[in-house]
Amino acid sequence: MKSEARNPKPEVANATREVNLSVQIGGMRMQNPVTVASGTFGYGVEYAQLLDLNQLGAVVVKGIRLGPVRGNPTPRTVEVASGLINAIGLQGPGVDGFIKKYWPFLKELKVPTIINIWGTTVEEYAEVARRFDELGGVGALELNVSCPNIKEGGAQFGTDCKLLSQVVSACRKATRLPLITKMSPNVVSIAPYAKAAEEGGSDALAVTNSYPAMAIDIETRRPRLANITGGLTGPCIKPIAIKLVWEAAKAVKIPIIGMGGIQNSADAIEFMMAGATAVAVGTANFYEPQTALQVLAGLRDFLQRQGLTDVRQLVGSVRVEKV
Amino acid sequence: MLPPTMVEESVRIISNERATDLYFRLVVQSPRIAPLVQPGQFAHLRILPLREALLRRPFSIFRVEGYTFSILYKAVGKGTELLSRMRPDDELNAIGPLGHGFTVPPAGGEMPLLVAGGYGMAAMYLLAQRSPQRGIVFVGGRRRVDILCEDEFRALGWDVRATTEDGSHGEKGLVTQPLIAELKRGTAGRKLFACGPTPMLKAVSRIAEEFNVPAELSMDEHMCCGVGVCLTCVIPISTGDGWEYQRTCTEGPVFDSRLIAWEATA
Ligand SMILES: Cc1cc2nc3c(=O)[nH]c(=O)nc-3n(C[C@H](O)[C@H](O)[C@H](O)COP(=O)(O)OP(=O)(O)OC[C@H]3O[C@@H](n4cnc5c(N)ncnc54)[C@H](O)[C@@H]3O)c2cc1C
Ligand SMILES: Cc1cc2nc3c(=O)[nH]c(=O)nc-3n(C[C@H](O)[C@H](O)[C@H](O)COP(=O)(O)O)c2cc1C
Ligand code: FES
Repeated sequence: MKSEARNPKPEVANATREVNLSVQIGGMRMQNPVTVASGTFGYGVEYAQLLDLNQLGAVVVKGIRLGPVRGNPTPRTVEVASGLINAIGLQGPGVDGFIKKYWPFLKELKVPTIINIWGTTVEEYAEVARRFDELGGVGALELNVSCPNIKEGGAQFGTDCKLLSQVVSACRKATRLPLITKMSPNVVSIAPYAKAAEEGGSDALAVTNSYPAMAIDIETRRPRLANITGGLTGPCIKPIAIKLVWEAAKAVKIPIIGMGGIQNSADAIEFMMAGATAVAVGTANFYEPQTALQVLAGLRDFLQRQGLTDVRQLVGSVRVEKV
Repeated sequence: MLPPTMVEESVRIISNERATDLYFRLVVQSPRIAPLVQPGQFAHLRILPLREALLRRPFSIFRVEGYTFSILYKAVGKGTELLSRMRPDDELNAIGPLGHGFTVPPAGGEMPLLVAGGYGMAAMYLLAQRSPQRGIVFVGGRRRVDILCEDEFRALGWDVRATTEDGSHGEKGLVTQPLIAELKRGTAGRKLFACGPTPMLKAVSRIAEEFNVPAELSMDEHMCCGVGVCLTCVIPISTGDGWEYQRTCTEGPVFDSRLIAWEATA
């Protein structure tokens, strides 16, 4: 079973021609468009021995609210065909715990850290944003308004245009940091939500979070997750996520960070062609921690093969006949 | 920079043979992982022929010899089935060694009493091998075929006490029975180490409390990333005034039994 494609060592492409890989998300510059998805990369430090974090476009940490969160009972994840359903319940150390335990490591990285934040009220979102503004050195804040796994907070903000715009504008007032709004896929049309986030002052969108899902053990007739339902992620959601990115990109002018099932550079390029300026690797980190670096190497290769000089030439380049 | 504690490497299969019934022994060439292994740690294997099932599978590291390590596994599902059909020279991808393992007793320290059920025996071999004091290992299973590496423990000079639930081998009953009998003979300077199914671990934890002997338990939880990022594998750990979820793959799999908040487990 010799499989070159799964070799974890990313091949370094011969730099025959200079290609620009850097992209801009609001005021944040990323040296390349490849980052990781919140909740699939811990706080960065856990993977530090397995890959060079400084080669990423940015590091994105697990969702943080004001105080510590215990999270859901177990089982918290279940593997399904080409995907994973999770209901972690946003376990986390809270703002102070994060700053004490993880910030000393993250602030030394050469690449920006994007902090994924959430709250149960508009005021809490704004307060968390203010705290990270005060901290200094943060790359950007990602507003998680789309977690399907907690009763209050999360998804309710992402599926109600009015609440969404309140959360975004409250955070906008609380910080000058670039704001990325993490969109829920669980809407009939993403366009009005994308616009609401843009109008509220968001500098970018992250598309998409996980899809509500469920799995049952037929022997015991019990749900496979203690939380009963969870969020579906991984390669099985990629085509749906591509469509969402495409629709969101048509609706707004701000950049989009595309994610959902990215396993290799071809997947990432597809997201960019649909309209994403940057991409994030999520579930794939769990089985192949080198994925983001492999995506980066493959992306560079593709640009060179196609004779392109700037990664931004890919963004929204899907050819669609006008109807 | 500190030396690495874990690495990812492509490992080549040296042998993969049936041990008993549904159990197999896999030996892989792993020059980077093998030298780092501590007793009770595990390797997270990507079984490359698995397609729709994406995740790695965790296995305790059984033995380490030179630049090889082995695991002892039971074919229970799609990943382990496929693994059992892999042949020498096939490749797997491994991340390891992972987790916080057993505390090897210091020379002249405690006398170890090992309690192992099923594939839990695999997790305990290195501890027995690296312990300066020989001790007793209590191995238990449903049937004779679930008793895996008795001879190996004997070869290390350990006293092996086997039990099977159907009485087909050793004493009939549960592995905890001879353990209790042994503790009744004396507890001073003894320490328990256990790995096996959760109900067995829970019973060992109660016995440790009753006899007031220290115990380290290797917990078996479903895992996903294996390196501490996903928070799948958590168990409740006492914090003094309550409990919090800690990761079996990182803070564990081995925990001091007194710290496990059993009342909060499902
Ligand atoms: C730290 C650790 C060490 C382990 N060491 C060993 C070992 O040395 N030898 C060994 O044979 N197995 C060991 N396991 C269990 C092993 O990881 C699972 O048996 C394996 O992942 C099953 O994969 P599968 O694809 O064959 O099963 P699947 O098709 O995924 O599932 C089949 C069945 O296996 C059960 N299963 C899946 N994961 C686990 C798990 N973590 N624990 C118990 N049951 C599970 C499922 O509930 C299901 O009933 C260990 C697990 C952990 C967490
Ligand atoms: C285990 C797990 C935990 C996650 N935690 C968070 C989180 O804390 N905040 C958040 O905004 N998204 C979270 N997500 C969603 C991911 O960031 C991402 O949007 C989603 O997984 C889709 O990408 P993927 O298919 O590549 O995984 C989580 C996903 C998984 C699988
Ligand atoms: S398995 Fe992911 S945190 Fe333990």
